[in-house]
Amino acid sequence: MSTNGTYVDRGAPPAHRDAIIRVRDLAAGFGDRLIIDGLDLDVWRGEILGVVGASGTGKSVLTRAIIGLVPKKRGTVEVFGVDLGEASLKQTLAVERRWGVLFQHGALFSSLTVKQNIQVPLREHANFSPRLMDEIAMVKLDLVGLKPAAADLYPSELSGGMIKRAALARALALDPELIFLDEPTSGLDPIGAQDFDELILTLRRTLGLTVFMVTHDLDSLAQACDRIAALGDKKVLAEGPISDMRRASHPWLKAYFNGPRARAAAAEI
Amino acid sequence: MAAFAADSDLLPPSGTPHRLRLSGEWTAAHAGALEDLVDKTGKTLAGRNVTLDLNEVTRVDTVGAHLLDRLRQDIMDSGGATSIEGARPEQSILIAAISKDERIEFRPPAPRLNALVGLVADVGRGMHSAWTDVTSWVSFLGSVVASAGRVIVKPRNFRLTSFVHHLELVGLRAVPIIVLIAFLVGCIIAQQSIFQLRYFGATIFAADLISVLAVRELGVLLAAIMVAGRSGSAFTAEIGSMKMREEIDAIRVMALDEVEVLILPRMLALIVGLTLLAFLSTMACLAGGALVSLIYGGISLDVFISRVDYMMTMDNFLVGMIKAPFMALVIGLIATIEGMNVEGSAESLGIRTTASVVKSIFMVIVMDGIFAMFFTAIDM
Repeated sequence: MSTNGTYVDRGAPPAHRDAIIRVRDLAAGFGDRLIIDGLDLDVWRGEILGVVGASGTGKSVLTRAIIGLVPKKRGTVEVFGVDLGEASLKQTLAVERRWGVLFQHGALFSSLTVKQNIQVPLREHANFSPRLMDEIAMVKLDLVGLKPAAADLYPSELSGGMIKRAALARALALDPELIFLDEPTSGLDPIGAQDFDELILTLRRTLGLTVFMVTHDLDSLAQACDRIAALGDKKVLAEGPISDMRRASHPWLKAYFNGPRARAAAAEI
Repeated sequence: MAAFAADSDLLPPSGTPHRLRLSGEWTAAHAGALEDLVDKTGKTLAGRNVTLDLNEVTRVDTVGAHLLDRLRQDIMDSGGATSIEGARPEQSILIAAISKDERIEFRPPAPRLNALVGLVADVGRGMHSAWTDVTSWVSFLGSVVASAGRVIVKPRNFRLTSFVHHLELVGLRAVPIIVLIAFLVGCIIAQQSIFQLRYFGATIFAADLISVLAVRELGVLLAAIMVAGRSGSAFTAEIGSMKMREEIDAIRVMALDEVEVLILPRMLALIVGLTLLAFLSTMACLAGGALVSLIYGGISLDVFISRVDYMMTMDNFLVGMIKAPFMALVIGLIATIEGMNVEGSAESLGIRTTASVVKSIFMVIVMDGIFAMFFTAIDM
């Protein structure tokens, strides 16, 4: 689709701003050590937000605090308008069904085949006939660009790229409105990473997804993300489209977005 | 709830084009009802020329889009034609992305084999795997011996730190539980034998019985079973998870021998540890027996010790102790082989760890029987 110099069709950026995630004054960390402290962030419906930051600035902690895997010390996290700190168990479960999470290493269940992995959320949260469940699993496989033959393989028989795709298919099983991607392109070859970016854009176009993506991949940031939030000093250092980032004055942002690799990525667009 | 509908009653004669008005939510929440509807409608409209009118459809998700696709495929497969009208732009994108040229074949799960055939097949597989177990034990024992030989030639390659570490885990840490169990078993044996021998006025011989039993069989057997459960399972799980994360492969590509690095220290720790534990366990068993003999049987400690002294010949002692290193070897072999056989999944780690404990306890008891026959044959 997109090669050097061609226009990348990124789909429609959100027309009106409607916050799907609203983080206010968030503090979280391990023990007494706060990794993020007083962080504010909004994610708008329909956008692809890229989260960047040096190692240890709390990208993963932020993601895990939003999805509730790391307890927060202070602040509020609202997803789909529900304050997850105050929500009842029922409300929390309802929210959890509306999002999908792609873990960095896939986190596929190792004793289930790819197809069974995709069917886990379908089996648990929906009432489908066996035939429909099979067909939906194959539809999702096709959606993420895996061949039907991959359906009956076990995670240990998959390549790194296939694991990411299979895990994405599982995250998409219940048609989530919001999807969290933790370093989706890490460990992929550049062509695989580019395919993955295009896949995310296609899914956004077809399913109207909102994407929260933690990434280090400058190409992904430039090609796929509508907006970038850079973490540092326990807060969001800067947010905005990549053009803003390139003009930022913070030394780390300067080094990151104007380094030789960033210039190479920019030249491709 | 009338969240969806497909009205196509009053069918005109075939050949004329049909207009199928769909409405409501075509989403996963209504999957069951939608599927019925789609299959029924597909049959009714088989072979017709149908226009699907989506003007009144409020929402479509991937499940709805797939079911629409199934409806179209059903109609087209029976020689009909379909077209879609009135879809909103995002709906058309989704439907186009979901629809495929090839139909997804639904393969119902393969029918089970006839129960009898299945049973025979299972037995056959079981026998075959028992045989491969034996051959793999022998071949693995060979590689352990070879690696031990290399270490004897070059003692500097012996991992002393690792050996000491495992000796602590296998031996020292197991002392309290093994001593406690052996002590309690000694008490129980004493109580039961005194109770039975009392009828014959031969209470005093309970001491003979306990000492022979403890020294020849119980001490070593209790220690071996406990070690198989405690350390055998741990070795399988450790080596298995190292295998899963390619740590074993990393050892190999660094020009190291995984048998020398991982297995030999564990094996030696087991052999030394179990032999010492067997001795302690024997003593604890005797102590338990002595205590109950004193309290319940009225056999004074002096008398008990003199009976033990009389019965516990060097032969009897050796018969017990000599079994310990062999049992340790078998436990170690089975634990490491099962660990090496772990594959990628968490489930296989569980299966292998279970198999390791079950097989090593079984083999410990089988070996005990073989030793019993052997020692009887040589009059020990």
